[in-house]
Amino acid sequence: MSRIVGIDLGTTNSLVAYMKEGHPCVIPGRNERTMVPSVVAMTDNGLIVGDPAKEHLTRTPERTVYSVKRFMGKALEDVQGELAYFPYSLTEQGGVIRIKLGEKSYSPPQISAMILKELKHRAEEHLGESITKAVITVPAYFNDSQRQATKDAGMIAGLDVLRIINEPTAASLAYGLQEKTQGTIAVYDFGGGTFDISILKLKNGIFEVLATNGDTHLGGDDLDREIANLFLADILSQHEIDLSAYPDHMQTIRLAAEQAKIELSDELNTQVSIELPGNKGRFTRKLTRDQLESLTMGIIERTLVPCRMALKDAGLTPDAIDEIVLVGGSTRMPLVRQRVQELFRKTPHCEINPDEVVALGAAVQADILSGGTTDMLLLDVTPLSLGIETMGGVMSSLIRRNTTIPASAKEMFTTYVDGQTGVDIHILQGERELANDNRSLAKFRLNVPPLPAGVPRIEVTFLIDANGILNVNASDMRTGQSQSIEVKPSYGLSDQEVEQMIEDSFKFAAEDVNARKLIETRLEAGALSTTMEKSLSEGGQLVVPEEITAIRAALSALATAKDGNDPRAIRARMADLERSAERLTVAMLNDSLTRGLQGKKVSDLT
Amino acid sequence: MDHTHSQNPRELQMARRLCWHCQSEVSGEYFCDRCAKVQPVSKETDYFTCFGFPRRLTIDQSKLEAKFYELSRAFHPDFYQSKSEREQTISLGNSATLNSAYRTLRDPIQRAEYLLDLDAGAIKEIRNSPPADLFEEILELQDTLNEYRGADRTSAIWQQLRAKLQAEQLTLEQRKQDMEASLQQLFTDWDALQDRGDSTSQARTEQDPLLMRMREILSNRTYVKSIVNDLVATIG
Repeated sequence: MSRIVGIDLGTTNSLVAYMKEGHPCVIPGRNERTMVPSVVAMTDNGLIVGDPAKEHLTRTPERTVYSVKRFMGKALEDVQGELAYFPYSLTEQGGVIRIKLGEKSYSPPQISAMILKELKHRAEEHLGESITKAVITVPAYFNDSQRQATKDAGMIAGLDVLRIINEPTAASLAYGLQEKTQGTIAVYDFGGGTFDISILKLKNGIFEVLATNGDTHLGGDDLDREIANLFLADILSQHEIDLSAYPDHMQTIRLAAEQAKIELSDELNTQVSIELPGNKGRFTRKLTRDQLESLTMGIIERTLVPCRMALKDAGLTPDAIDEIVLVGGSTRMPLVRQRVQELFRKTPHCEINPDEVVALGAAVQADILSGGTTDMLLLDVTPLSLGIETMGGVMSSLIRRNTTIPASAKEMFTTYVDGQTGVDIHILQGERELANDNRSLAKFRLNVPPLPAGVPRIEVTFLIDANGILNVNASDMRTGQSQSIEVKPSYGLSDQEVEQMIEDSFKFAAEDVNARKLIETRLEAGALSTTMEKSLSEGGQLVVPEEITAIRAALSALATAKDGNDPRAIRARMADLERSAERLTVAMLNDSLTRGLQGKKVSDLT
Repeated sequence: MDHTHSQNPRELQMARRLCWHCQSEVSGEYFCDRCAKVQPVSKETDYFTCFGFPRRLTIDQSKLEAKFYELSRAFHPDFYQSKSEREQTISLGNSATLNSAYRTLRDPIQRAEYLLDLDAGAIKEIRNSPPADLFEEILELQDTLNEYRGADRTSAIWQQLRAKLQAEQLTLEQRKQDMEASLQQLFTDWDALQDRGDSTSQARTEQDPLLMRMREILSNRTYVKSIVNDLVATIG
């Protein structure tokens, strides 16, 4: 079986890992960093991803997408409340959010696919082989639409997503492998955009999830927002500037808030300094850890509610938890650790880097799927109850939350009117009584043969697979024939749309390669120019003035080409420059050799 | 082993099971003896049989868990990734059935309700409604609950109602516990009867009253449980 990589597709950062001789390890990029910022920017030369894209956050905020994970599997109305915080413009088409970048609009799975492609590329470069299969992690509390959107993203990126696994359970796999933990553990996963708690029983290599809970809209982003709002209020009162009119400065504030939060995990106070628009000087202020904690206390308290619910669902008290594991960057905050410790009454574990542990666990799961690791097995649960709408708009539960997956339920349907040819079925996910208060997953019409009322008997099987994704099947009990069901997701891309996006992604792949080539060529051109400038200043006296003029001309020609979009033109000007500087290069080489030889005897040289 | 009337045809059917892949007769539990391919757990297989356990109401939890883990390792889709599509489908279906079976059998109440459905026999048609006294009590409690919900939180009457409901909750919880204790005794009696293993009409006459008594308590317990849940949700 070909290699399967493990991918942590995070709100803020993403990582790719693989199993190397029985140990999971994260694949670093050329810059040696293991994390790829989950940022995609549309530049004049195409789309760029990761660290280079992050630089565009403050330069072209309206064309730079971050935290796209918050929009996966969502409709516009779901995120109405926070639209104001995002500088890029969001629209909706067929129940799916679209993000406008320049002329084109992209669905969140398409943006995520760009991040996945970057990780795929990174893995291919590192391993020297083509990568087509992956395990991708999602927050445990992700619903069906969000999971499906993640799977779609993988397909668009040219990855066969063999498994979607939950982030906290992935983390437990990494810990289980390394620490050989046994007993009952709680994984507290507080990431950039989401919060999850999972309680597991670890016994003889089986990782059985007992209960999970969470909030898919609660993370480090929200902490940053609280801090940023404080800065904004200060700027408004002290400088009378409403920064919300300046998208680029809003991004600067957001990043400064994040930076301050990070620093206050180690320091007791920090200083922020932000340039104000229109030469209004700078905004500076001190922020202490105490201030940060009183600002964010409410958000941190919100994470404890799902913890208590998960304990209750697992039928456990905090004392029954043997160990608690911390996952996600937000768990670096001392207040978070303190509150977790107070709730579970024990010191939390954080031996494995909380930024990397999920990707490492995904690599372990990938190894299980490829048959490498055979002694470990993860038995996860579905986080939300699944049901159908019944008479009176009430939800009737078919598969309860925290049911071990794969899980299935069967339901018999019949007709109420003679000759009725269809039964409408509305599938829901959630814990509320009324259908309207739960998440609509899909609606479909069951075809029924025209018979007297009550005679048709159609059995519908709802099956949640090991990815936590729903599959529906129907069979006519009278004829034994099964019926394929066309399920149109309420908040997701249709199969045709995904196919179109895969096609588009091949089309754009050429453009993407060009964009990458251009960036790389520019970097090389920059390095060459710097070297030549240095040579000119150090060795200019070694050649005739005409040559210096020629080199200067070649340098400025290269600078012009570098501003353009054609990598081949840049290459040509680089070659010109090298040619015109040939004599200078040789002269400098000779000169350094001569100087190096001074004072040495011939006998020393042999 | 008990051989009730309902079981015989099922066992015959299982004996003639053929492997979907190599068409040879399958005698083993879940894998073909010849080609070792996984076999679908038949729709007719009850949860007890699925775990290889006798139909008893008392189950050794640790044995149940061990068997669940063992079968999970045999069926889980994780281990069928490189197998044929048919085997992957079987693995998925079997895992789902196994998970339902474990969920049902590990909880004593669900286990009993499941067994009652399997072995209901003559008592299947009995109507399940709460006995008059319990029904009366529940109605009265509902009224008090409604009154409490509508009352002014600062009033003395609210305090009185709250105290009354709290007392009621304790009584009902005690009642639920008593029911569970009686059930436990009935479970033991039932299992002992099964262990005797005779299928004479004499045994049948002993069995039916037990089943009926269990069904009655289980159903009453459901009413008490739901009203206690309601109480807890309202008074916190």
